[in-house]
Amino acid sequence: MSETAAGPREIPDRLSSPIQRLTGSWETLLLAVAIAVFFVNTMASPYFLDPWNLSDATFNFTEKAMIGFAMALLIISGEIDLSVASIIALASTAMGFAVQLGFDTSALVATGLLVGLVCGAFNGALVTGLGLPSIVVTIGTMSLFRGISYIVLGDQAYTGYPSSFAYFGQGYVWWVFSFELALFAALAVIFAVLLHKTNFGRAVYAIGNNPTGALFSGIRVGRVKFILFLLTGLMSGIAAICLTSRLGSTRPSIAFGWELEVVTMVVLGGINILGGSGTIPGVVLAAIVMGMVTFGFGLLNVPGIVMSIFIGALLIAVIALPRIWRRISKGTRA
Amino acid sequence: MLASSQAIAAEDGNATAVPGKLLLSLSGISKEFPGVRALSEVSLDLYPGEVTALVGENGAGKSTIVKILTGIYQPDGGTITIDGEEVFFPTAHAASDAGITAIHQETVLFDELTVAENIFIGHAPKGRFGLIDTARMHRDAKSLLERIGATIDPGARLRDLGIANRHLVAIARALSVDARVVIMDEPTAALSHKEISELYDLVEKLKADGKAILFISHKFDEIFRIADRYTVFRDGELAGSGTMADVSEDELVRMMVGRSVDQIFPKQQVALGEEVLRVSDYCHPSEFDSIGFSLRKGEILGFYGLVGAGRSEFMQALFGITKPSRGTVSIEGRNITINSPADAISEGIVYVPEDRGRQGTVIGLPIFENVTLPSLSRTSRHGFIRLAEEFSLARKYTSRLDLRAASLDQDVGNLSGGNQQKVVIAKWLATEPSVIILDEPTKGIDIGSKAAVHEFMSELAASGLAVVMVSSEIPEILGMSDRVIVMKEGRIAAELTGEGMNPESLVRAAAGIAEAAK
Amino acid sequence: MIQNAVKSREAILALAILAMTGLIATRFPGFIRPANLANVFNDTAPLIILALGQMVVILTRCIDLSVAANLALTGMIVATINTVAPDIPIGLIIAIAISLGALLGAFNGILVWKLDIPPIVVTLGTMTIYRGIIFLVSEGQWINAHEMSEPFKHFPRATIAGLPVLSWIAILCITLFAVIVARTPLGRAFFAVGGNPNAAVYTGIDVGFTRFMAYVFAGALSGLTGYLWVARYAVAYVDIAGGFELEVVAACVIGGVSIAGGIGSVAGAVLGALFLGVVKNALPVINISPFWQLAISGSAIIIAIAFNARAQRQKGRVILKTAEHAT
Repeated sequence: MSETAAGPREIPDRLSSPIQRLTGSWETLLLAVAIAVFFVNTMASPYFLDPWNLSDATFNFTEKAMIGFAMALLIISGEIDLSVASIIALASTAMGFAVQLGFDTSALVATGLLVGLVCGAFNGALVTGLGLPSIVVTIGTMSLFRGISYIVLGDQAYTGYPSSFAYFGQGYVWWVFSFELALFAALAVIFAVLLHKTNFGRAVYAIGNNPTGALFSGIRVGRVKFILFLLTGLMSGIAAICLTSRLGSTRPSIAFGWELEVVTMVVLGGINILGGSGTIPGVVLAAIVMGMVTFGFGLLNVPGIVMSIFIGALLIAVIALPRIWRRISKGTRA
Repeated sequence: MLASSQAIAAEDGNATAVPGKLLLSLSGISKEFPGVRALSEVSLDLYPGEVTALVGENGAGKSTIVKILTGIYQPDGGTITIDGEEVFFPTAHAASDAGITAIHQETVLFDELTVAENIFIGHAPKGRFGLIDTARMHRDAKSLLERIGATIDPGARLRDLGIANRHLVAIARALSVDARVVIMDEPTAALSHKEISELYDLVEKLKADGKAILFISHKFDEIFRIADRYTVFRDGELAGSGTMADVSEDELVRMMVGRSVDQIFPKQQVALGEEVLRVSDYCHPSEFDSIGFSLRKGEILGFYGLVGAGRSEFMQALFGITKPSRGTVSIEGRNITINSPADAISEGIVYVPEDRGRQGTVIGLPIFENVTLPSLSRTSRHGFIRLAEEFSLARKYTSRLDLRAASLDQDVGNLSGGNQQKVVIAKWLATEPSVIILDEPTKGIDIGSKAAVHEFMSELAASGLAVVMVSSEIPEILGMSDRVIVMKEGRIAAELTGEGMNPESLVRAAAGIAEAAK
Repeated sequence: MIQNAVKSREAILALAILAMTGLIATRFPGFIRPANLANVFNDTAPLIILALGQMVVILTRCIDLSVAANLALTGMIVATINTVAPDIPIGLIIAIAISLGALLGAFNGILVWKLDIPPIVVTLGTMTIYRGIIFLVSEGQWINAHEMSEPFKHFPRATIAGLPVLSWIAILCITLFAVIVARTPLGRAFFAVGGNPNAAVYTGIDVGFTRFMAYVFAGALSGLTGYLWVARYAVAYVDIAGGFELEVVAACVIGGVSIAGGIGSVAGAVLGALFLGVVKNALPVINISPFWQLAISGSAIIIAIAFNARAQRQKGRVILKTAEHAT
């Protein structure tokens, strides 16, 4: 009991200064990686620094990152949602169907958001209401939601979206700044505030570190988790609107495999897959790094699939290296 | 690996087992965990054909020594010898190979495997192609079970068995490995009277087989009945050892608590105020039945009982963790409904749980966030966190409790048990409750923190808070309470006040037997 | 085996499959013609084989999302070997496929065992890595039927006693796993590690090593399936069996394998796979668009876990254990 020894009566609030906490943090490391990738890309290709090229590159990550923000909160709370890409498919299919009914753009947006919310509520009810493990529930709903799209569409596609609908995925707010990029930035701020500056965010961390302890401290654990599933559904709905608008068509295979890319992005961003820790700035940086690496490889004519080796290795390395390091330093001490 | 047939053949007496000759000896064993010294140079000797009782309060280091003996933990210092030769147990396998086996508090077995597989996992008899010889395994399991007088189908799945039968399976497993040392960790905690007496018979059989038995128990009557020797641990140190014939119950108690039973507790005499809490006819389908009592301002109400008497289960229902099937609660004469801890907290009822690590604190979050977790609505504005308010609230209550920590944003997991407990209490005081329930508040914490918690509890009562204290420590219950409710098997067995509050009445009521252990 | 078969979960699932088949037969008797049933089984064989491996991994409280990528990579490599050296006998090809698959599985296992990285992260990572390596190996090119040797393509389709070799291999795997799981110390350790890891340590079981072995098994079966898949469809490219990993997990979940570990059986995994196989093969027969398949298997997963969770709760576990799910 080291602290019984002397222990000043006045305990300081914090020992480390904000700067100390920033250095050596995961986010700082990601920022360094982002800067390094930026320079490497700049040297590797003369086309990289072109504003319009850079702007195009942001579409690599904006939609996935939107879902990533909500997924980050969900994973911090100790749950996961593997059905997000399928929610996109279902929401997009619903919007395509609504087009056939003659809905206007605002009604299409409402349709996309509503489908996202309903899917999220369905996941949330199964997980919190019936107490089922989220990983299997959402593997199930992943098949179910996309399955419904397949039932509706088969091998067909919906097109014919109104021209004003194209703005969400193809419009620009100002100069090279697309609507999606602006939305990404706004959502990043909103989620950062929600997670880091509100009581709700605090509850999310508490639940992720110890759900029983959080419950015993008066946190309404089930309600918070349900809201997180709703949010994830809603963000998937928003991503569906952007993606559908950008592609201008809906096929049931839309956004196939995105769930794993989103989870990868979130884990790269420093969110602990076992719950309890991680930050939104980390996810933002991970999204940018992944987007720039994809773009850079693209400029060098390296196929995307090769980049996936890099991303996969990075995913394992970021978790493995600190553990190996800890083991080595422990070994030398003993 | 020794096959079971050999184990059964050894029934006539183990060749190496000479009564009176030291079999296993631990000396100078120390074990430290971050922030806690769990064991400090303790010794323990086990003899073949004899039962050694290991006695000590919760947190005295009993479970740590069991883990060292079974190879789960490795000691930081000290030696273990078997038949005079020094041995090391780097793994659980090594301890098991050396003939040490343990039957644990929560019978550690496997629900999905069959009885026979549970008995023989790790050393199943092999047949052709190195495959498990299921037929022989079932035969051997059957004869082992018969030997201990159990009629359990070796092919049954463990999940379909009751607690008593699970114990028997665990014991059969101990026999199957031809263990020389059998550790029984509170084996009777969840058993009925009949099952307990069957277990005693079994212990006699094991003795006759020449096994050395380490028997861990809180129940004095049982220790005096079956043990030949005793060893007492107190706060991780050896407090005494010897033969049962030469010790009295009082002496054992004194060794356990390190002070006489009537030591001085910082209990203040407070004039009791009006009634705050009234509980009537609280029932639960499987955990407790018709609990009713009232509690006044300034009062400390003790809940005593054996482990598994339903005290914590009742408190957790009162706190909204589980739902009662029937019953009413009122606060200051007003009937209330509690469906969740959040409801209980908003009604002014708070609960300091026994399981600090899992339920009390959120390890991973800093101290100040733990303290403000249930009070966030007061430190925040429109749902937005205000850190300055949080720090000042956390500072106010942690300093009242004399918390020792490096800083308020230190992870609560790095604190010692006593200081963690202070954080939990600070967390609840910050909600300004009217009733505080403390479940085993000093379990597993050092003496210094213990005294601080007692003193503080007393201050709380003096300041008008109503306190409910669940405790299994007789001195603590008697020293701190104004009134004691004794629970037994989910029901109130007795309510003791004034002169009636003495150790003998407590033990008698809790055990539900007429004669006190002598 | 007999004990496993009468366990309620498996019995109910078997009844469901029989009822479904029977219902279809009342309208379309052709469906239960032996030849058609054999065809359904053969079609489901790869899923069955992979489900067996996934089951042991899930039993130990892990998951393997890299099985389909492993399958595709191993398939691509053996196909490449075949195009370069068509004379290598099939026996050796199969041995290479199994060893290579086991090696890829061992890589997962070592990361989980030695570095204690969460299984979902490990296999999510190796899933993308293995897929990427296929591209490097093949340079993005397809290997088509005409590039493969005749024996290479013919082997899984050859019939012995009326059943294709592919089916026989599945039956062999089922038998082998039934024996491993029921009759070897390692097989029992899979259950012990998942059911109660702390207690497993006390009985001298090495939890990490047991998990490692589960991944090696899953990998070996993926490798084997890799060859069978490529040979049967006579094509190898980067994306074969894309997304199949989740179908494999689905088969296990439907078969009553608990994602929390420690609960499951060979019979369950096989039945779970068969359920999906029967649905897939029945849809065209009863004139429902095959596009229904995904939604049906999704619903089946959800119903299966809800059912299994309820069955477990009725066992009367200690109420406080469910505290984290209460509101």
